Amino acid sequence: MALDSKIPHGPISDKWTDYKDHINLVNPANKRNLDIIIVGTGLAGGSAAATLAEQGYNVKAFCFQDSPRRAHSIAAQGGINAAKNYKGDGDSVYRLFYDTVKGGDYRAREANVHRLAEVSANIIDQCVAQGVPLAREYGGLLDNRSFGGTLVSRTFYAQGQTGQQLLLGAYSAMNRQIGRGKIKMYNRHEMLDIVIVNGKARGIIARNLITGEIERHSAHAVVVGSGGYGNVFFLSTNAMGSNATAAWKIHKKGAFFANPCYTQIHPTCIPVSGDHQSKLTLMSESLRNDGRIWVPAKQEDAKAIREGKKKATDLSETERDYFLERRYPAFGNLVPRDVASRAAKERCDAGFGVNKTGEAVYLDFAAAIKRYGTEEAFVKGLDANDAALVTKLGAEIVKSKYGNLFQMYYKIVDEDPYTTPMMIYPAVHYTMGGTWVDYNLMTTIPGCFSIGESNFSDHGANRLGASALMQGLADGYFVLPYTIGDYLAPDIKMGEISTDLPEFVAAEKEVKDQIDRFINNKGTHSVDYFHKKLGKIMWDKVGMARNAKGLTEAIEEIAALREEFYKDVKVPGSANEFNQELEKATRVADFLELGELFAKDALHRNESCGGHFREEYQTEEGEALRDDENFAYVAAWEYKGKPSDAVLHKEPLVYENIKLVQRSYK
Amino acid sequence: MKLTLKIWRQKNAQDKGGIVDYPIDGIEPDMSFLEMLDVLNEQLINKGEEPVAFDHDCREGICGMCSLFINGEAHGPDRGVTTCQLHMRMFKDGDTIFIEPFRAKAFPVIKDLVVDRSSFDRIQHAGGFISVNTSGNTIDANTIPINKHDADKSFDAAACIGCGACVATCKNSSAMLFVSAKVSQYALLPQGKVEAVDRVLNMVHQMDLEGFGNCTNTGACEVECPKGISLENIARMNREYLSASLKG
Repeated sequence: MALDSKIPHGPISDKWTDYKDHINLVNPANKRNLDIIIVGTGLAGGSAAATLAEQGYNVKAFCFQDSPRRAHSIAAQGGINAAKNYKGDGDSVYRLFYDTVKGGDYRAREANVHRLAEVSANIIDQCVAQGVPLAREYGGLLDNRSFGGTLVSRTFYAQGQTGQQLLLGAYSAMNRQIGRGKIKMYNRHEMLDIVIVNGKARGIIARNLITGEIERHSAHAVVVGSGGYGNVFFLSTNAMGSNATAAWKIHKKGAFFANPCYTQIHPTCIPVSGDHQSKLTLMSESLRNDGRIWVPAKQEDAKAIREGKKKATDLSETERDYFLERRYPAFGNLVPRDVASRAAKERCDAGFGVNKTGEAVYLDFAAAIKRYGTEEAFVKGLDANDAALVTKLGAEIVKSKYGNLFQMYYKIVDEDPYTTPMMIYPAVHYTMGGTWVDYNLMTTIPGCFSIGESNFSDHGANRLGASALMQGLADGYFVLPYTIGDYLAPDIKMGEISTDLPEFVAAEKEVKDQIDRFINNKGTHSVDYFHKKLGKIMWDKVGMARNAKGLTEAIEEIAALREEFYKDVKVPGSANEFNQELEKATRVADFLELGELFAKDALHRNESCGGHFREEYQTEEGEALRDDENFAYVAAWEYKGKPSDAVLHKEPLVYENIKLVQRSYK
Repeated sequence: MKLTLKIWRQKNAQDKGGIVDYPIDGIEPDMSFLEMLDVLNEQLINKGEEPVAFDHDCREGICGMCSLFINGEAHGPDRGVTTCQLHMRMFKDGDTIFIEPFRAKAFPVIKDLVVDRSSFDRIQHAGGFISVNTSGNTIDANTIPINKHDADKSFDAAACIGCGACVATCKNSSAMLFVSAKVSQYALLPQGKVEAVDRVLNMVHQMDLEGFGNCTNTGACEVECPKGISLENIARMNREYLSASLKG
């Protein structure tokens, strides 16, 4: 099967406009005869549900949480990009497009990214109209800040809680439609399979997580917006419940899975403190605007700090190594995430780490506090030479920018980041791979769409800061509502789809059989036992740096672990009740397949590219070495029974507007 | 650390439920409270017993999913945190810890420590939004300038995570802090003015229908709120409600 990306012809800046001018439309009176299922209610799913319901479609929305407001988009901290050029620093749609393609290490699809940049400004307008309280300047205009990997200030934010505020905006738009009866909301429900009738997605099988009841739901189209698969590593910054089940189930039924190896490791997370750790906490990348990253310049100082004999504040400027500023003078602490992450790991591996386990570097705000404090003293006509006053004033400014993050750090680590530098270390954060979609955001299953983090299309091999929220809302508010109409136009006379069709019966049976298998499997180990084992294989051999030997081993080990899981997992309780262990079991079963495909994808990609770093492919200076000649394509995998049999399809990436060059942040 | 946990176990909404004792050992001060429960659950599963059900998700204090009434306090003894941010260093070796669900008529128990907080959603369906089409045809954002002070106050109210600690800790099981935060967020913004009258009337009406109690200005909600939502919002909602009642 040849992959058809359906990218419209014509100049890049006209593609989306021309496309919208020529697609089929559904008459408003006919929209009420069409049902759409949306799985996941984060930024992408929530905004899509609200918009499609407003347009007149009957929307059935599903989330595993007790309310859409809890989707993990809520935890995004830093901000959302938009090409508004409010600062007059030369930003434009083209520059946002350019930065995003470059930041993605030239592995994103040009046409999709340009469309994203085009609608970005609308997102801000939309959210402000909805009452999202984004940060303001004293004149009442919107404030923004700069973020890693760019040279303009285009990131809009709401303190360190931007994701929360944007999600609550989408949730409020959903609430309006739920109140009008246009969205039927299914909280605490999990999609466990897709139903395909005559080659088209026509419904899902879901489990009511409270009663355990298996339900059939039909629709004319199914949209998956279920987020990423970072929890395949067990430890990640994702919420505990974040899972890949919806995306993986559609993959098993025919949706190709693209670039699973492209996973972002985020440089600024709170380091692991022990074996009990259940998840990792991200500290917003915006901190890198004001925080300076360093380790001791001498190994003996690092050792003394690890042993508690010295403190960070004991070291003078000359005894510190600001390694990002040293290596990448043009971008300094604001280099993209993969570059910052690897540089931190390199220093720690070389023996310069600063926490007990030697896996942490400092993120220091002392300079920012002094700079802001001096400025504030000057503005207020106070004595800028009074060090205590300057520190106090500066700390207040820093607090107003990052207060919640500092509080969060303090609560977890029990150290005050205003006086002692924070400790940070990279952690698994965002997955750029996902279900393959064409320009319409449709997967290789007709009628099954994938939006936001669950698709692969916009971030390439690497994600720039503040671009994930942008894609989620762009897909949901402004892209899918057009493209899905084009697909649904021929279906207006179809009428309601019966859930008594044999395809529904068969899919339901499959789901029930799997659940029964878990419940009746009298094994000896908990689900978490297996999940942690999988996570360890993934982190050790498929993590920040990979090589052919480790990947080959990982593939075998995961397959063996999967076998052991099915033989030996123990799931207490019954199927017909609220059963959190059963929920975990069905999710981990999918991660155990996805992990193997992930490693297989990483093994075949003989290059280093963004978040995918193959040790065999690096420059003499240790930077990622891309191979555009052989790997400028999307790797889309077709399911064939088990991950080892997956078949590779390639979508060549054609760059007509941006020249492929080696990324450099020096 | 060695601890005695006294945990509320309740099989389902119909079950009567009761406290069960669980001794536990080997708890580290660096563990979060929920990680301590993970350790307990792992032990229960290995012994062939059913693990304790509890709600949690992001484990970084922002999703509002975690709950728990710990030693008689919503989200436990620490201030300004959710249960997932509570760490075992707050407890001492040998402590006995009572762990119960958030209790309120409007939050029925689903199982063990898990409660149903969908009443909060229904209050918002009744008016927790600004009616604007999501068409992308809205005006440029900077044509609605908003005083920074108002925007910040609106943000402070919007920072509510909907966890329900305010309800759980209130002797009347009142949801006034939660609802007033929602009302305030929009009342402070120019975009929210058009529907202000209907919004406050509808939301308060739904709040009453759900069975939440009234506010008697005890202020426990503000003390226990992990996000520092201010009582000032309740005063603002009362003003909005009074003025809306006169208009309506």
